[in-house]
Amino acid sequence: MFISKIRVTLRKSILDPQGKAVEHAIASMGFRAVEDVRMGKYIELKVNGATEEEARKMTEEVCGRLLANPVMEDYHFEIEKCP
Amino acid sequence: MRGKVKFGVVVFPGSNCDHDAFYATNTILGQEAVFLWHKDTDLQDVDAIILPGGFSYGDYLRCGAIARFSPIMKEVVDFARAGGIVIGICNGFQVLLEAGLLPGVLLRNASLRFVCRTINLRVENNKTPFTSRCQKGEKLRIPVAHGEGNYFTDAATLASLEKNNQILFRYCSEKGEITEQANPNGSLSNIAGIMNEEGTVMGLMPHPERVVDPLLRNTDGRKILDSIVDYCMSKAGHELSLTELDRR
Repeated sequence: MFISKIRVTLRKSILDPQGKAVEHAIASMGFRAVEDVRMGKYIELKVNGATEEEARKMTEEVCGRLLANPVMEDYHFEIEKCP
Repeated sequence: MRGKVKFGVVVFPGSNCDHDAFYATNTILGQEAVFLWHKDTDLQDVDAIILPGGFSYGDYLRCGAIARFSPIMKEVVDFARAGGIVIGICNGFQVLLEAGLLPGVLLRNASLRFVCRTINLRVENNKTPFTSRCQKGEKLRIPVAHGEGNYFTDAATLASLEKNNQILFRYCSEKGEITEQANPNGSLSNIAGIMNEEGTVMGLMPHPERVVDPLLRNTDGRKILDSIVDYCMSKAGHELSLTELDRR
């Protein structure tokens, strides 16, 4: 069994108003060092009965077609062995 | 030809403007209308399809992202590719973008707020099946109600939308000017509605089906729905004459 740990974030070129709002809240907490906030999604897929290579391929397709919209989002993932 | 245009209103779990679309086309326009359940695969021989507003699948993941994989959507895509008329309103627009029938995406409103009010729209192209009853440059008063209506696409796609006259509606001021203040959601170039290159699939954020009943005093939405009826009628008439010609 493998687990795909996926992060989906808005592409750098796209303004993230939600991140901006959080950034302002952090600034009003007094933390002036925080320069930029980007929000995103974290998704885990448990994959059973597949090799690591198959799990990787499948995760790639699921990300590209469903979990992320390539027009506005980037995705990154790692495949780990389930304990 | 059956004398009436048959509209199919797709119902996803979470659609909430489906009955408005049905009422507008059936009761107000006097056309035929049927609901198409998202799990169906039969389009019931409709002439035009409406993807209504709402929150399909609770807007989970991204608006329209999950609805796009509903069984009915495969049929809708085939129908559209074959030249059928499809209109996506609000959440329906989001579904059309996710399904790849129209280019671009709808981001979170720049203000981060849900916007619910009547806005001014300027008709940018009236030579389409969706706007033939309007004048070019005409101002329509139509309500919007959305949290994710901020249209975005890359520069190359925007240029081709402009070049092919695929931008049908822009948010405008009271005087019909395209200004930043008139833009309720931060949309690129004030875009409120676009169509595909073939001119058969259209998506828009405002709700024409909400302003059709004379009781509400504003019937600007009828201009869009009546245009579709005109187009479907003339298309059916055209096909009829072609078959007649064949027979001779």
